[in-house]
Amino acid sequence: MTRPLLLRGGRVIDPSRGIDEVADLLLQDGKVAGLGRGLGAPDGGEVRDVTGLVVAPGLVDVHVHFREPGNEDEETVATGARAAVTGGYTAVCAMPNTDPVTDNQAAVGFIVRQSVRAGLARVYPIGAVSVGQRGEKLAEFGEMVGAGAVAVSDDGRPVASGHLMRTALEYSRTFDIPVADHCEEPTLFAGGVMHEGLVSSRLGLKGIPAAAEEIMVARDVLLAELTGGHVHLCHMSTRGSVALIRRAKERNVRVTAEVTPHHLTLTDHACEGYDTNAKMNPPLREAADVAALRQALVEGVIDCIATDHAPHAYDEKDAAFDDAPFGIVGLETGFGVAHTELVEGGVLSLPDLIHRMSTAPARAFHLPGGGLRIGAVADVCVLDVRTPWTVDAAAFHSKSRNSPFGGRRLTGAARMTLVAGRLVHDAPAPGARGA
Amino acid sequence: MTAIGKDLVGLEHLSPEQIRLILDTAEPFKEVSERPIKKVPALRGKTIVNLFFEASTRTRISFEFAEKRLSADTVNVAVSGSSVSKGETLVDTARNLEAMRIDMVVIRHGSSGAAQFLGSRIRSNVINAGDGKHEHPTQGLLDLLTIRDRHGRIAGLKVCLVGDILHSRVARSNLWGLTKLGAEVGVCGPRTLLPRGIEELGVQVFDRIEQAIEWADVLNVLRLQLERMEKGFIPSLREYYRVFGVTQERLAQARRDITVMHPGPMNRGVEIDSRVADGPHSVILDQVTNGVAIRMAVLYLLAGGKPELADAAKRGSAGGGAE
Amino acid sequence: MTPHNDRSILLDARAFARALQRMAVEITALAPAAEHLVLIGIQRRGVELAERLAQLIEKDGGPSVRRGALDITLYRDDLETVGPKPVIGETRIPGDLSDSHVVIVDDVLYTGRTVRAALDELADFGRPRRISLCVLVDRGGRELPIAADVVGKAVKTGPRDRVDVGVKELDGKDEVTVVRGGPA
Repeated sequence: MTRPLLLRGGRVIDPSRGIDEVADLLLQDGKVAGLGRGLGAPDGGEVRDVTGLVVAPGLVDVHVHFREPGNEDEETVATGARAAVTGGYTAVCAMPNTDPVTDNQAAVGFIVRQSVRAGLARVYPIGAVSVGQRGEKLAEFGEMVGAGAVAVSDDGRPVASGHLMRTALEYSRTFDIPVADHCEEPTLFAGGVMHEGLVSSRLGLKGIPAAAEEIMVARDVLLAELTGGHVHLCHMSTRGSVALIRRAKERNVRVTAEVTPHHLTLTDHACEGYDTNAKMNPPLREAADVAALRQALVEGVIDCIATDHAPHAYDEKDAAFDDAPFGIVGLETGFGVAHTELVEGGVLSLPDLIHRMSTAPARAFHLPGGGLRIGAVADVCVLDVRTPWTVDAAAFHSKSRNSPFGGRRLTGAARMTLVAGRLVHDAPAPGARGA
Repeated sequence: MTAIGKDLVGLEHLSPEQIRLILDTAEPFKEVSERPIKKVPALRGKTIVNLFFEASTRTRISFEFAEKRLSADTVNVAVSGSSVSKGETLVDTARNLEAMRIDMVVIRHGSSGAAQFLGSRIRSNVINAGDGKHEHPTQGLLDLLTIRDRHGRIAGLKVCLVGDILHSRVARSNLWGLTKLGAEVGVCGPRTLLPRGIEELGVQVFDRIEQAIEWADVLNVLRLQLERMEKGFIPSLREYYRVFGVTQERLAQARRDITVMHPGPMNRGVEIDSRVADGPHSVILDQVTNGVAIRMAVLYLLAGGKPELADAAKRGSAGGGAE
Repeated sequence: MTPHNDRSILLDARAFARALQRMAVEITALAPAAEHLVLIGIQRRGVELAERLAQLIEKDGGPSVRRGALDITLYRDDLETVGPKPVIGETRIPGDLSDSHVVIVDDVLYTGRTVRAALDELADFGRPRRISLCVLVDRGGRELPIAADVVGKAVKTGPRDRVDVGVKELDGKDEVTVVRGGPA
């Protein structure tokens, strides 16, 4: 039984109820038990002084890749969950492009059990849309949801067939789960390694045009409209996609969308020098795309921030640009990058950022958390938004180090993370994070 | 550090002065190739590896002549281009070369960025003999030298690159070298073979070869990259020749005495007519001669050069003029 | 900055001209058959001196004297240590050297390494019957067993001293100065 805990004197931000005030927060029996000023210390409980820090609902990342089963040298559910709580996340959704693919009841159940064993962040499995993610036959949504899946996706790959996507959206309505699509038209993507533009022309690398993503975004919102299903668009990267989502939401189509911290920060210029830590899919694009994505986040056209945490072994990334795998890790830098670029950059207020990183993703995927009303599950993060720290990839809790943010100075870090009232991450001293 | 840096990866980041230095240094090396004994001891005792991941006879032989005429020891390594572990092979190769204390590496590889990848990992000087679609700097340099020999200058000349610009590393190197030395650059070819953003680099685009011929002082005709081209960029070779081929008839309409270049190997009857390639406008063979001189100049400029030892030597013998 | 910068003129324009005259006479004595004589000047100022000497020799109404230029940069024994690579000058060898008497002409003879490089390079052009050395100034300080056959002026110098040669064609006036750098 976890001891009761009183977090005293922090700035409590609960975007689900528009609360932003200095107050005490009481957690008891795994739930939020009280919020107010001058709360008394609980019997048999602990008191932590969090003056000067921010108390918020735990961050929720609806798009991560843990490489278990199949590539445990890159990441496991346990190490991924550890990386998550270090970053202030209390819940993540793990994509099914594992080896073997998570496309059945037993595989989903395995992820759930690994998550429970680790006892850190809640790891919710996402099941595959199609068997083996081969894009041919629908997987058993019902059985997977019964075992604990919260959504379906073929991420890693697009659902290339319009017919399959339509069927998936229609079938998903029975279980009220989102179908999350990685939007990419395969023949336009073919062999590309970075954004198609002036930089790719100069570097002599094959480009992926923005249209490759936008074509599938257009298709997916039309199919969501046709079927009444809920489509969730993964890692949006272009201004054209933003425009399509905006018009779809105006028509009340059931579409949600996510964007990564790196797409809100970096452009294709990061690929100059052939740095493979700038190689991911979808690729980094142009300054106008970054600006449009930021604006979309402000308006709510894009609902939430998700990291697309994609660990890779160091020797795989240490290769010529063409040959390196796509992807970067993000759980341990997600909040820091978003806070530094968006809040300190004057794009979003802190409560709005927490909304986009906690309340909104939880809501989109129907997950507990994302709020601090009395009786809510006690998933909480305590954030330091003042002390600068320097990213040191060698100090990551993730097994992998592939990040373009190494050496970057950020503000925004989790000092404490609590899942169901249990303290699973506690880094009280500034600089304990490898500054 | 030598005047042009540790490695020659491309022309994009060289200054006009550095490019001119290489061209000027190539001139005396042309004379060496005319001597009865075509050898100078400048690189005696140096070991140079020609590391070719892609097949190439002409470039490799040109480098080999350059290296041997400078008295260096050369080793040719032809790595079979298995696509599966290209990246792996490159890192391991770099480590092996470092361990063998090779002085210089000339590398040709199918991935853009491979030369820089190697150069940043080993102490040896690295010379890019063509990396993916990125650059082929010695080709760009010998093209510049050939143009300068023929026209006496580069600045103000109108040079048009013709053909598959999208997949061509020769085109990119030419583009950088020509613009840095003040030439006006044009490109001509089907739109499917032009890279995105080419106009933003200050280049004029000609949709028809006739327009390009009317405009240009120099045509640099690129090989249609049959092996690298993915299907569907052009409908057929026959159509390409009919629409874009540099033919005798089209050249006769040129307003001025136009110079025709080609990096080789030529697809006669596809991008260029035999009569043009063998005719009076062509400087294709001069390009080959200049290639050896340019490569000798590059090797000479990169090799050795430790200024701190020079300072020590100077302290022992302060003398103006000759010793 | 050396504390004493003791500068003295070793040869002014007139002494320079007289020295060249005498050197031309000595070369003729060394190589009486002018049709076999080839004067090869070492870049840079040796080339100008060789040209002047050739003209002086021809003035006495004989056959024209072949001359050439030699740049020894690629044969230097210190290419490894010199910083940015020196600019390579022109090498111009007049025809076949096999039957000839080559006289190498240079402005200053010091360590002897330049002459060694010149001998190596000439060997790559053929096999002259004989090679002699003619210098305007011999400043001592040899590091190799090399001696000049014709010397304009000899002067004793130390390692911190400098000998500066100016020729009209390149520097505006003919003059040789010695700059003393103080005790070693």
